[in-house]
Amino acid sequence: MEHIISLFFRSIFVDNMIFAFFLGMCSYLAVSKNVKTSLGLGIAVTFVLLVTVPVDYILQTMVLGPDCIIRGVDLSYLSFILFIAVIAGIVQLVEMIVERFSPSLYAALGIFLPLIAVNCAIMGASLFMQQRIGLDPANSQYIGNIWDALVYAAGSGIGWTLAIVSMGAIREKMQYSDVPKPLQGLGITFITVGLMAMAMMCFSGLNI
Amino acid sequence: MGKIFSKENKEVFVKPLSLDNPVLVQVLGICSALAVTSQLKPAIVMGLAVTVITGFSNVIISVIRKTIPTRIRIIVQLVVVAALVTVVSQVLKAFAYDVSVQLSVYVGLIITNCILMGRLEAFAMINKPLPSLIDGISNGLGYAAILVMVGFFREFFGRGTVLGIQVIPQSVYDAGYVNNGLMTMPAMALILVGCIIWIHRAYFYKED
Repeated sequence: MEHIISLFFRSIFVDNMIFAFFLGMCSYLAVSKNVKTSLGLGIAVTFVLLVTVPVDYILQTMVLGPDCIIRGVDLSYLSFILFIAVIAGIVQLVEMIVERFSPSLYAALGIFLPLIAVNCAIMGASLFMQQRIGLDPANSQYIGNIWDALVYAAGSGIGWTLAIVSMGAIREKMQYSDVPKPLQGLGITFITVGLMAMAMMCFSGLNI
Repeated sequence: MGKIFSKENKEVFVKPLSLDNPVLVQVLGICSALAVTSQLKPAIVMGLAVTVITGFSNVIISVIRKTIPTRIRIIVQLVVVAALVTVVSQVLKAFAYDVSVQLSVYVGLIITNCILMGRLEAFAMINKPLPSLIDGISNGLGYAAILVMVGFFREFFGRGTVLGIQVIPQSVYDAGYVNNGLMTMPAMALILVGCIIWIHRAYFYKED
């Protein structure tokens, strides 16, 4: 139980997708212009992470890992192709299910869902999960069963949402400030993210 | 052979290196550009890997562009890229194991690098194989140039070394110079890229 709580909070604050690993940066910079769209994309990313990471965990442990299908054969070099196919497929599926059962949610997330298939945060979470299976069980980053994978996905998604919503709020305020001309837009955004990342570094000793 | 050096091809080659840089202007592929640049060596390897993959994937997609149904073109592109990335990752593991450990998940994340999808969609789908090859290679090199620049500054100021070789002499340390440890942290990568964007814009867009 302690392990799950620790994993959850570490993946939100310490191993934050944006501030520690720069994953999903492209859509982060493109969409964080205001709080409302930021929140929409954040929820969509969390939602897709919650589905893809456990599915990829099952694939990794049941199909790809050493000795899974054929004795003495390690298929994990196929993981890139398989994971990206799973992600693209699930994004499509999620889009169809949401459209069928909750048109209002679809209207809110609609334009973001197809974007997510090539969001590196999704692929990155699956690859980190694959790496963490091999860790020592005493390590607080270890992922040993499907619940750990699920908690890790939830934590990463919430961390990503937190990052993009706070960025959206800062950019809304920043419209009123006097930024030097060549630095406007992208340049100042980068420097702001850098300062935010520096602030998030103070969580790095967090241990529960 | 003379056709390779025609005026149009030269323009296709030069533009991404200067005015239309994929990282600084089109804001593509930021995630990996920031994460692998804490030292120069992984930055160079990553730049080369991306150059090779953009070149080859552009040619492959350009050759089969007329047979791909438009509805499923994203999946086709993803599969081609994922196959190439798997090859490159296996080659790195075989011949440069220590660098491939340092790059960890970011090799796999080349799949979701937006430079690849961006160039495939914008250039390879509508152009002949040869210009596509040139476009892919020059975009890869434009990306590599930024990586090398950021990697050089971060390693030089953060550790006092270049490519692992000590360049700041011991006498300077004895005189009271201290390495800037902050440079090796993720936050400084963002701020450095922000500054490079600032200089680039101030230089290329003087008029407006």
